[in-house]
Amino acid sequence: MNQTSPNHIDPVEADDTIIEIIGMHKWFGEFHVLKDINLKVARKERIVICGPSGSGKSTLIRCVNRLEEHQKGHIIVDGIEMNNNIKNIEKIRAEVGMVFQHFNLFPHLTILDNLSLGPIWVRKVPRKEAEDAAMHYLEKVQIAEQAKKYPGQLSGGQQQRVAIARSLCMAPKVMLFDEPTSALDPEMIKEVLDVMIDLAQEGMTMIVVTHEMGFAKSVAHRVLFMDYGQIVESNTPDEFFDNPRHDRTKLFLSQILH
Amino acid sequence: MHSERSQTPSVQEIRPPRTAIGVVGWLRANLFSTWYNSLLTIATLFLLWKVVPPFVRWAFIDSLWMSTSAECKAVDGACWSLIPANIRFILFGFYPYGEQWRPAIAVVVLVGLLVYSQYRRNWKKRLIHIWLVGLVGMGVLMQGGILGLTPVESTQWGGLPLTLLLAVFGLTAAYPLGIALALGRQSDMPAVKSLCVVYIELIRGVPLISMLFMSSVVFPLFLPEGVTVNKILRAQVAIILFTAAYIAEVVRGGLQGMSRGQYEAAQSLGLNYYQTMRLIILPQALKIVIPPSVSILISAFKDTSLVVIIALYDLLKTTQSVLGDPRWMGYSAEAYIFLALVYFVCCFYMSNFSRKLERRLHTAR
Repeated sequence: MNQTSPNHIDPVEADDTIIEIIGMHKWFGEFHVLKDINLKVARKERIVICGPSGSGKSTLIRCVNRLEEHQKGHIIVDGIEMNNNIKNIEKIRAEVGMVFQHFNLFPHLTILDNLSLGPIWVRKVPRKEAEDAAMHYLEKVQIAEQAKKYPGQLSGGQQQRVAIARSLCMAPKVMLFDEPTSALDPEMIKEVLDVMIDLAQEGMTMIVVTHEMGFAKSVAHRVLFMDYGQIVESNTPDEFFDNPRHDRTKLFLSQILH
Repeated sequence: MHSERSQTPSVQEIRPPRTAIGVVGWLRANLFSTWYNSLLTIATLFLLWKVVPPFVRWAFIDSLWMSTSAECKAVDGACWSLIPANIRFILFGFYPYGEQWRPAIAVVVLVGLLVYSQYRRNWKKRLIHIWLVGLVGMGVLMQGGILGLTPVESTQWGGLPLTLLLAVFGLTAAYPLGIALALGRQSDMPAVKSLCVVYIELIRGVPLISMLFMSSVVFPLFLPEGVTVNKILRAQVAIILFTAAYIAEVVRGGLQGMSRGQYEAAQSLGLNYYQTMRLIILPQALKIVIPPSVSILISAFKDTSLVVIIALYDLLKTTQSVLGDPRWMGYSAEAYIFLALVYFVCCFYMSNFSRKLERRLHTAR
């Protein structure tokens, strides 16, 4: 893996906030999934969220683009408060890219159409321009030769790279990654992580839910540990892995770092 | 491929045993694999031998194709002459005899449009314009009254144009309505949702015949005095409303087959509801439900023949009327076989088209 630590190259300006979550709660029915979440994400900051399954990490980032609705507290993305106003929601979603565990490419469209669809319909970019941009991003994730194929004809790693390129085509201000490598065969994880590291080096704001601790160490500015719907610990990767403060963090790290 | 194979000569290729290939092998595997399969094969052959030769003799050898009814009485075979002798009434019903070239052209235009639209390379905006022009042209031809054409009341329409009209318009209007109902049934808005549920369940709980009756008998009672709505139009609307309810349930099945991830991916790009449905969900969901939708369309096509009960002269009714003619009485087998063939050709065409469409829309998943 790329071992340069980009977090030392471009320090984050602390007061330039792009996402602010204040006192946010969420319930699934009676079940309290997220409890009093407070989080500030600065522009160009890269955050890795880890924690045991069921701790609410995916739900947290899904609240940021309203794939899940929060019931209490505030979420402010790029100056827009997330509420029930559908126009606001769509505006925020267009600025926030998301990469899913299961890629969720559109199987009935070619790779090129998968990429150009968002810009054409949401940003109203002319088709030709959108396709040129799509090809640019496909080259960036090194998959341009597959442009005319359908998602079903690609490997998992290739599909996930296409999914990342699809999000990038919208020129998002933030990228959310929801366990992007969990559904991949081991030999394909690296090709996806490499794309994400490139992205990090270009200064993309990223929130990544992942169990790839190597990625967290080399790329993240901050690592959050979540358990039982709470953010238990938040620290720089060095501190987080070398000096975990909380018992639950220690236990978790001992379980995943053999 | 070939060269690769010849490079590995370690195992010599031997032909399979004679009994496993060729005609003998096929017979063994498919017709005589077990004692009861052998029995079934023999029984079937016996039945065919009993049925097919007499039918062929009746239908083709002893039959008459172009004769008068008097000549028909003299032979044992089928009297196909019934069809050519009455073809114009069967096809066009009571449409004025001298003007029957008009519905004939209308039918040709309609079939031409259908054939043209089945090719995907023609699916462009222009197709809509072509259809609009075609439909207006057909309307003018059938109705007349302008361009020096004698006006023909819609009560005189009948036969093949009527059947095709009811079917093509019924199906093309029912399909979008059914999709709208299916989407409505999935809506988050309680009013829309319950309205769609009530509509679908109500219509599905009522036979088409009773809807046709209501459209022809009950509905006019609610109209103010002096206002009449064309009878064909009323039957058409009944067929559309009826078919749409069934389409809606099939489409709903397709929508339920869509994974949540597809909705989420579309939403996270910032697509709104209509874009998500139109660009992402419906194209996939409708593709899944092509086979059951076509089943519904085929049965709706055949159900158009039920309009006979409200005294519309569709293809079935005109054919039946010919049998009422004393000269041609008693040849109902011939008439109905002809009718069945016409319906079969149309339905087979539809199911064939759907299979082609499925293949064409197939993308590896």
